[in-house]
Amino acid sequence: MTELVIFSLLNGLVTGLLLFMLSSGLTLIFSMMGVLNFAHASFYMLGAYFAYTISTYVGFWPGLVIAPLLVGVAGALVERYGLRHVHRHGHVAELIFTFGLAFLIEEIVQFFWGKATKDYSAPEILQFPLFTLYGQNFPAYKAFMILISVGIFIGLFTVLSRSRVGLIIQAAITHPHTVSNLGHNVPLVFMGVFGVGSALAGLAGVIAGPALGTFPGMAFVLGSIVFVVIVVGGLGSLAGAFVASLLIGWLQTFAIALDWSVNDLLALLGVSFDADHALRDLWTLSLPQVAPILPYILLILILIFRPTGLMGKRET
Amino acid sequence: MAVTRRTAFAATIGLALAWSAGAEAADPIKIAFIDPLSGPFATTGESGLRSFEFAAETLVNAKGGVLDGRMFEIVPLDNKISPKESLIQLKRAISDGINYVVQGNSSGVANALTDAIEKHNKRNPDQRVLFLNYSAVDPALTNDKCNFWHFRFDANADIKMDALTDAIGERSEIKKVYIIGQDYSFGKAVAAAAVRMLAEKRPDIEIVGNELHPIGKVKDFTPYATKIKASGAQAVITGNWGADMVGLGKAIIEAGVDSPIYTYYGAHDGITATFGPLGEGIIRSVREGTLNPPTPEFKALDDAFKAKYPDNDINQPRIFNTIAMLAKAIEAAGTTDPVKVAYALEGMEYDTIMGGKVWMRPSDHQAIQDVHISVHTNKNIVVDADNSGYGLANEKTVPMAGKDSPTSCQMERPNAA
Repeated sequence: MTELVIFSLLNGLVTGLLLFMLSSGLTLIFSMMGVLNFAHASFYMLGAYFAYTISTYVGFWPGLVIAPLLVGVAGALVERYGLRHVHRHGHVAELIFTFGLAFLIEEIVQFFWGKATKDYSAPEILQFPLFTLYGQNFPAYKAFMILISVGIFIGLFTVLSRSRVGLIIQAAITHPHTVSNLGHNVPLVFMGVFGVGSALAGLAGVIAGPALGTFPGMAFVLGSIVFVVIVVGGLGSLAGAFVASLLIGWLQTFAIALDWSVNDLLALLGVSFDADHALRDLWTLSLPQVAPILPYILLILILIFRPTGLMGKRET
Repeated sequence: MAVTRRTAFAATIGLALAWSAGAEAADPIKIAFIDPLSGPFATTGESGLRSFEFAAETLVNAKGGVLDGRMFEIVPLDNKISPKESLIQLKRAISDGINYVVQGNSSGVANALTDAIEKHNKRNPDQRVLFLNYSAVDPALTNDKCNFWHFRFDANADIKMDALTDAIGERSEIKKVYIIGQDYSFGKAVAAAAVRMLAEKRPDIEIVGNELHPIGKVKDFTPYATKIKASGAQAVITGNWGADMVGLGKAIIEAGVDSPIYTYYGAHDGITATFGPLGEGIIRSVREGTLNPPTPEFKALDDAFKAKYPDNDINQPRIFNTIAMLAKAIEAAGTTDPVKVAYALEGMEYDTIMGGKVWMRPSDHQAIQDVHISVHTNKNIVVDADNSGYGLANEKTVPMAGKDSPTSCQMERPNAA
């Protein structure tokens, strides 16, 4: 049991921090521009594929730097030449634009890289178990993922709260017109934030690709969960996104690790049902089976009881 | 007026008859390939199509065809892996006068096709269709749902599980087995067969986990791997395919499990390359047609295939058996009449290019052949997968697997004349 708890804590931390890298960009973009970017996870996928291609020529490490930059540039271009035009037609148009973009990117990825899984793997220097506990290995690469994500979190927080650019961004979130009247180039700030947000998603893809697999469905499996994170955390709140990411990371790993069922719960209360009861399927439902829907249950509960999210200031 | 019209009609019929009689000798024999060629499973479909076209070209057409010069022509029809779409494509094939249909991806599609073809053949005795199933492994197709027109060239899921549990049974050090699969009919069938057969062969083995996960939706398999490792499993059985296979395999190995992982589909289509050195000696596949060491004939065939498609592999050797056995049956029957060809296929024995025999069991039209347990490695690999240097080396062969396996099939046979 201790073994399961320790490793679930670690696994949840890795998943949670990865989710944070994705959701931090998404929540920043939303709070500034009011755009719910459906294509955000697609930039994550682009990051993984770019890094895979770069790694086949010059290795993993250059890819770690170049791929997010490329994705950032792609994101900035999308904002400058796509989103900015669509913006005039309101939020619905923007929503549909990013929705279409997500499909477009998936098709483009399949067109250039094919549909089969790519053998994008961790660099050899990180392919060893960092430590072994109860016979289970904790791969060094997972520790590397934690390191990168924590670094990004600290960096992002410092920039936003301490630097001049950060102040302008924070101001632009709430008072874009005032900021623009003060002589700042707000569209440029928007483009920059969209680019940086995409680059963060790209970086998440670069480091997640070797661990979670690089295949055309990778954006789809992560896409919806990222929205859960930013809603639960509170739209626009970076700290909220951080807390919600970790919460959901642990929620998912523990739900899979613990083989509890409704039956066990009822047994604790001293209730039991015979095997051929009409609602038998419900009693035998186990936690691992419902694990994939738990985040969405959380999403619905949050929207009903605390629409601002855990740490958000405005209603969703 | 009426006379003129009748004359014209008769003339047309006569012309058509004369034309078809004249064309008979050189007309190609069309084979409808109904499988996904677009959508998420297009890779698998395209890979099958490539093999069929190559097999028809090298095994039949290059040798002068069958029945004095009639060539095989593969007609690709995209079913988008939907049973509904497949039936539309089947109608199209039938209206084009095609008598042979091949399909393999998804047992759901195969079930729909076999029902439709049986009905069609009953109603249209003068234009019957044979269904050559090269990959759909649902046991029902050659049991309760069997019919005279369906032939399966792959070993079915139960036969594969039988071979797989034999392999586990021989390793007395294995006491704990973990079963994990995708949450849908095939994943459940694999789990049920594994539980049943392990209980028969090795009652001392404890099933320490029997788990289904959502198909195609798991982003990280690490929590499952943690559980598997914590359970103390000494072997893992999974029917996973595609990205779910890669994710699960990688997570298990990274958690430090070095016990064998027995898979149905743990190789080729990028999977072998992704496992690379990680999977060495751990990933095992149960399949027909051994790849390493290859027979000289298979090596030559593979070289020719690689020369034409450098980025792809021959990953379904049974496709070559399907084409070769169809050609042999048509030659033996001396006609393309589906009933006579079907009778020629029944009970046919064929020496495969991969080595070993295929016997088309008459009672249920299930091909009986050697089933191999092979291991993912880069040692002594002649024919590798995904150009990665890694491939499948044969570890254990079950000769003529499932030869005496029971079948509940009771088929109605048409009059041979």
